[in-house]
Amino acid sequence: MLKGVSLEVGPRELMHVAGPNGAGKTTLLRVATGLLRPEQGSVAWFGQSITQVQSEYQSALAYASHETALKGDLTALENLRYMVRMKRRATLTELRGCLDRTGVAGCADLPVRVLSAGQRRRVVMARILAASAVLWLLDEPFTNLDAAGSALMSALLEEHVGGGGMALVVAHHDLKLQATQRRMELKG
Amino acid sequence: MWTWFYRLASPPHVYRVAAMLIPWFLTGAAIAIGYGAIAGLVFAPPDYQQGDAFRIIYVHAPSGWISMFAYSTMAVAGAIGLIWRIKMGHAVAAAVAPIGASFTLLALVTGSLWGRPMWGTYWAWDPRLTSELILLFLYAGVMSLRPAFEDASRGDRAAALLAIVGVVNVPIIHYSVLWWNSLHQGATVAKLGKPSMPPSMLVPLLSMLLGFMCFFGAVLCMRLRGEVLNRERQASWIREAIRS
Amino acid sequence: MNVGAWRAMMLIVHRDLCLSFRRPEQVLQPLVFFLIVTTLFPLGLSVQLSLLRDMAPGVLWVAALLSSLLSLDSLFKNDADDGTLEQLALSGQSLATIVIAKTVAHWLVSGAALVLVSPVVAIGLAIPVSAFATMLLGLTLGTLTLSWLGAIGAGLTVGLRRGNVLLSLIVLPLAMPLLIFGAGATDRAISGASAVGALYFLASLCVFTTTLAPFAAAAALRIALD
Repeated sequence: MLKGVSLEVGPRELMHVAGPNGAGKTTLLRVATGLLRPEQGSVAWFGQSITQVQSEYQSALAYASHETALKGDLTALENLRYMVRMKRRATLTELRGCLDRTGVAGCADLPVRVLSAGQRRRVVMARILAASAVLWLLDEPFTNLDAAGSALMSALLEEHVGGGGMALVVAHHDLKLQATQRRMELKG
Repeated sequence: MWTWFYRLASPPHVYRVAAMLIPWFLTGAAIAIGYGAIAGLVFAPPDYQQGDAFRIIYVHAPSGWISMFAYSTMAVAGAIGLIWRIKMGHAVAAAVAPIGASFTLLALVTGSLWGRPMWGTYWAWDPRLTSELILLFLYAGVMSLRPAFEDASRGDRAAALLAIVGVVNVPIIHYSVLWWNSLHQGATVAKLGKPSMPPSMLVPLLSMLLGFMCFFGAVLCMRLRGEVLNRERQASWIREAIRS
Repeated sequence: MNVGAWRAMMLIVHRDLCLSFRRPEQVLQPLVFFLIVTTLFPLGLSVQLSLLRDMAPGVLWVAALLSSLLSLDSLFKNDADDGTLEQLALSGQSLATIVIAKTVAHWLVSGAALVLVSPVVAIGLAIPVSAFATMLLGLTLGTLTLSWLGAIGAGLTVGLRRGNVLLSLIVLPLAMPLLIFGAGATDRAISGASAVGALYFLASLCVFTTTLAPFAAAAALRIALD
């Protein structure tokens, strides 16, 4: 149960939410997305409650949870296509470009179920990129990534925040980033 | 603006008020049922068509009405809990469900017993009894859904939503069963019609209904107190309330 | 909103149909179940044509109800399990829009398939061809209504472990009116009477459910996602 938590993230800022297992990091993130309605308190997006500007807020965010949210029977490209096009028009070339950026261009036409856990995470990264969202809400984004993958994820975060974006990242380890980082430690 | 309402709906207040109401309800029930039973079972004249068999109406009809009333109460209480997020709404809904289901069962059993002298069999798919049976299934659904969730709050909300969906369906079900029955009118099944009611028959019936309602109120208050204790068991006011 | 509701719905329907066609067994199994259940009745009761014809509407409709229930469990479950449902809920579209799209896609591969197979079953149950039009129309309206009711039930039970039994327990009482009107309509058509009244009731049930069920199912999903 989360009690008495308050935080703020602005443009060009990254908030790192840390804490032991069961401290409520995922819960906090889900409250930020609006999926979880807090019993008390509220979430505001540029001064307005997210329940009032819900569709605008949802268009501006990209969320990656513990689950990959990828359909095993669809190819990586198809997954991206269906998910990204719900939020904005995107050409297939663009989507392939994102997959290339995250190093899984070769997996674009393979069904996701044959990909390894690390490759799936990279597809998730491509999806986040392709969403062109201002706010990134990421839950343990470095899971299943090897050293190269972790470096890539860090680079993407740097680029996003440096370019004016915001990010709320839940990670139980330290983030070695140069971007403006604020840290919130949740106690279990 | 609604602060007085929220105060009214606070668990300690509900617990106290329910305790206060129980003796009143029980007294009312005793008097009304006492009068109704004696006047109806002993003093009312036998029906010219059904003889003494009709007397079971004094238990059957009130049970049927209360089973419907209880379902509506459950739906309204659940809606209050769901829409205004008042936890006591869910407590009332949870408390009412088994009571309503029991009255439904009572209506079915008494209806079946009534049917025996009329139809020659214990069950002949009479439209009103069939509607009661489907109502029992609706109760079963709500009562099975609530405990299926690990998170009690989620279970409450899901059960409330189902109760609301059910209450909307009750008139539809009732009407469709009536239509279905008219379709198969070929069967010579006498319906469980109420005999035409002179005051000597009607007044005891109304008294029984009033008595049943009071009894329902009393049992609801008792169960509600139990629900409140269970739901608020972590709260500090509980310890003082139990001591007193 | 950058993407209109209609376009989003088409995307979801397209995706779900795509997924269904890649797992055709999930579409075929309930249909086979439908055929098997309707076979059980002649085996268990009688092959006398007149008797079969009398039972036929009821048997057909009960079998359709039960096989629809089998496939309803998966309406939201797959998406809920892999996190896709959350993503849909965050896509900027209302949950009701998502429910409508998913339910329509689901009906296309379950209810509609059932309606297409029903003439085969009808022949086996000695339903005269003259009653086919009523039967097909009735089944179309009925399976659609059932899909909506099933969406509510599926939304309520999506997170539960043994949800499918509870789903049936919840949906079947709500589906009794449509069974009554649907079987009633087919029955009247078989005996030559006018089934128009029953079909009108069925149609109004369908319209009523279509208008309200998406919101109820969306509310149920909101509870589940919480």
